[in-house]
Amino acid sequence: MIPAYLLLLITLVGIVFFGFTRHKADMGKINVWFNAVSLFATVWLAINVFNHGTILSAEKAFLVDSFNVYLIVLTAFIGLTTSIFSAPYMEHEKELGKLTDNRLKLYYSMYQGFMLAMYLVLTTNNMGVMWVAMEGATLATVLLVSLYRTPESIEAAWKYFILCGVGIAQALFGTILLYYAAVQIGDGENALLWSELFQHANQLNPEVLQIAFVFLLIGYGTKIGLVPLHNWLPDAHSEGPTPMSAVLSGLLLNDALYAVVRSKMLVDGATHSDMAGYLMMSFGLLSFLVGALFLHRQKDIKRLFSYSSIEHMGLMTFAFGVGGSLATFAGLLHMTVHSLTKSAIFVTVGHAAQVAGTQRMDKIRGLIKTQPKIGWGLLIGTISIAGFPPFGVFTSEFLVLLATMHSYPWLTLPLLLGIGIAFAGLFRHIQPMVYGEKPEGQQPVKANLLPVMLHLALVLWLGLAIPSFLANWFSQATVLISGSSPL
Amino acid sequence: MNIESQDFYTQIILSMAALVGLTSFLMLGQGRLLRLIFMFAVQGLLLTLTTAVAAYSLNNHHLYISAVLTLALKVIFIPWMLRNEVLKTNLHRDVEALANQTAVMLGGASLMVFSYYVLHPIVQTTSPVMLNALAVSLSVMLLGMLLMISHKQAIAHVVGFMSIENGLFFAAIVATKGMPMVVELGIAFDVLVAAVLFGIFFFHIRSSIDSLDVDLLNKLHEVDK
Amino acid sequence: MNWLIAILQTTLFVALAPLLAGWLKRCKCYLQNRKAPSLLQPYRDLLKLVNKQPVVSEQASWLFIKAPYIIFSATVLAATVVPLIAVNLPTSASADVIVMVGFFAFARFFLALAGLDIGTAFGGMGSSREMTISSLAEPAMLMAVFTLTMTASTTNLSFAISHVLEQGLVLRPSFAFALFALILVAIAETGRIPVDNPTTHLELTMIHEAMILEYSGRHLALIEWASQLKLMLYGVLIANIFLPWGIAQTFSLHDLGYGLLAIMGKLAVLAIILAIAETLVAKMRLFRVQEYLGFAYLLGLLGMLSHIILEAAR
Repeated sequence: MIPAYLLLLITLVGIVFFGFTRHKADMGKINVWFNAVSLFATVWLAINVFNHGTILSAEKAFLVDSFNVYLIVLTAFIGLTTSIFSAPYMEHEKELGKLTDNRLKLYYSMYQGFMLAMYLVLTTNNMGVMWVAMEGATLATVLLVSLYRTPESIEAAWKYFILCGVGIAQALFGTILLYYAAVQIGDGENALLWSELFQHANQLNPEVLQIAFVFLLIGYGTKIGLVPLHNWLPDAHSEGPTPMSAVLSGLLLNDALYAVVRSKMLVDGATHSDMAGYLMMSFGLLSFLVGALFLHRQKDIKRLFSYSSIEHMGLMTFAFGVGGSLATFAGLLHMTVHSLTKSAIFVTVGHAAQVAGTQRMDKIRGLIKTQPKIGWGLLIGTISIAGFPPFGVFTSEFLVLLATMHSYPWLTLPLLLGIGIAFAGLFRHIQPMVYGEKPEGQQPVKANLLPVMLHLALVLWLGLAIPSFLANWFSQATVLISGSSPL
Repeated sequence: MNIESQDFYTQIILSMAALVGLTSFLMLGQGRLLRLIFMFAVQGLLLTLTTAVAAYSLNNHHLYISAVLTLALKVIFIPWMLRNEVLKTNLHRDVEALANQTAVMLGGASLMVFSYYVLHPIVQTTSPVMLNALAVSLSVMLLGMLLMISHKQAIAHVVGFMSIENGLFFAAIVATKGMPMVVELGIAFDVLVAAVLFGIFFFHIRSSIDSLDVDLLNKLHEVDK
Repeated sequence: MNWLIAILQTTLFVALAPLLAGWLKRCKCYLQNRKAPSLLQPYRDLLKLVNKQPVVSEQASWLFIKAPYIIFSATVLAATVVPLIAVNLPTSASADVIVMVGFFAFARFFLALAGLDIGTAFGGMGSSREMTISSLAEPAMLMAVFTLTMTASTTNLSFAISHVLEQGLVLRPSFAFALFALILVAIAETGRIPVDNPTTHLELTMIHEAMILEYSGRHLALIEWASQLKLMLYGVLIANIFLPWGIAQTFSLHDLGYGLLAIMGKLAVLAIILAIAETLVAKMRLFRVQEYLGFAYLLGLLGMLSHIILEAAR
């Protein structure tokens, strides 16, 4: 359990350090180091879990099992690569005069604050603390969305704050109902511990749990960006600084889904009905289709990819809703590849917007001529996220389709349709941006595309062949969630 | 369930539930910001009293802490902050013309019915008192949302937001005798941070659109106009 | 014997009403830093008016002259229904709360007719306003009263109060709502601030005073007395329904005396609260009155709903 404590401690130190630091010039690099140490701690944690199985800390405050440990590693990894990208990016924004030193301090401090909230969501064993951390993640990022202080960014931040705050309040109500069901069979202090709840799930009052799940799904679903609770997502993604969009899309959405899946495991144990699954499937399918359709109407490049996030989160929610070992396995895999790809895309998009000096897609042209690296990065990233083989997204989407065909054959049709619509929506916008005529005087910018390469290479690898230890890991998590093994 | 047959604690809780629900309705129909904030403070006070009563009758010491926290945050700090903001922006003389007041009030009433409907399955397995407490807190939440929809001032939105928290808190106190301490402290911390952030936001919004009317925050659209 | 006590109680009602008005006036004077008149001043005023010759307009019909007597006797009859110092009296057993509301409506009807009868602009205006307000206040009042009667399963005030007494201290959310509603209605019905101001003759705002503007002498005395009686009736209703403790349940001298003291104490406190409220609150515009009474109705309705939802046996 030591690495988990270490992890939380590092990020906490990070918040305080950036809050009071005087090394204003090197903050970006220091941030990278903080995240590197976090990644080291998570790998250490993962090795522990790999060797000893589920770890429960003393007093049962923290729980790390095969489900969340890989998300923890993923979080730390994306946190690190995004911080590598953000150092020169934010430096460039400062040179453009969009930011001051103090706001940069706030940015780095809250970057660590967000990471802390994410790690806490993932490691905690207490459903109440999970809620608190989830709300904490909103609070940490809300000032980052309005970091540029433009009217649009303030509007986006306000929407984000209010919508997520109100949405997540529903999740707290769900948590209270959960607790209410739990105190009827057990003692108070331990009644919100997930491990205890899971153990006694079949004794929990099914009526109360069904209602609780509806609220939990709506609450955390707001954070996932499920339609019709998604309005904050494109705004927050498009107006905040790009590294923030990368971590929001790559991490926050995942962790909210993680919370929903944890809740679903409890409800399934208590009710023995498919109610939770059906709800997730319908919300997921709706988000998937609406997200795909909205891709066509976008003018802003970051909004485009945030709708793509909605679409993919919908697909994952659907997959977990379908349940069963294959769909769950596919959902887990999709969580991973989507996070990697989407954060890579946002990194590239950030650079592309700096090259063109705008986020409007009709003004971004000829990237491949101005700066081939960025052009290719964007193109490959888009190919990957649209679900082309041989990338990992293809594998996971294929598995989702397979599982759907198995359990609900007639639902494969809307899924295929959605994938097609999304593909068209992405490429009609991306193609001219990458290949079009280069405008006069467009200059390359200083860019570090190492994170993009790394992410895309990993996604490619996952698409070609999932390494056996990872497959093993996923299947362990699948067993935990769905009760049966996919292999 | 006959109220005479319930113990005194239950009677108090039921009365408090009714009053908390009433304050939500009063807030919903209130166009003046200072009165809105005052009603919010009253609701906070009712919550504090409920918590204190629960703490006393259950002999649960950590509930006293949450009572004090509620008092400090929701009766004193947040109303004080909002009031300052109203006076600073000279909004206390304005009466917001609420569109469709009657429809909003009727909507509020139907939300209350809806919360009873949603929670009705619970009644089979638990006492009706719990059903009432949970239904009232759910309707306080929903009324808070309706308040945010029907009002335009950012300050009214914050009041709505915080009254949603109040509803949750009431459910936590009454139905489950309070959450575990660590969770309650966490929630209180979140509320505090949220309040401070709202203060910062008022400043930003005012400097950006020169008003606190959030209907003017309308630059971001799905499609260009 | 029972009838004797009933008559005694009604006499007490009639006799004490001016005292309550005097006490209220005194409290307001203290609060507003004015020199207070004697407690007995209302009695002196009534006496003075009775001794004066009434002046009646040439245009006045018989109705104008008869109306004060009708109003006064209807109000006194309403007073017989309400238990003041003792419950289970024969008069209060013979009529219930709906009859009481009916007496009020009867008196108001004649007051409005009298206002119209004389044909002045003020009288007509006052009558129209009075009827507007009462048409809104009456449902709210009945709602509040029904909350009580549903709890006690009787519309008889005397039995209802005994029922509340028997149960001892029970906190009922419905009663809290009904109490607020009844207080709001009482303020509107007795013409106190913020609905009407009994001390002003400012033409734009007056309601009650506008109707009785043409009265003088003993006619005016009767109407004034009736409105003081009405104020006391509402006070007693509020005090005895929601806090009935102290009221006599047997007819021993000790209990009756104790009951008298108790109700006088309760009314004194209520008057202080009313005086404070009247000093703090400004009179509202006439067109806001419907909102105010709508709110009272809402409270009454909520009281009834919370009785059904929260308290009724399932």
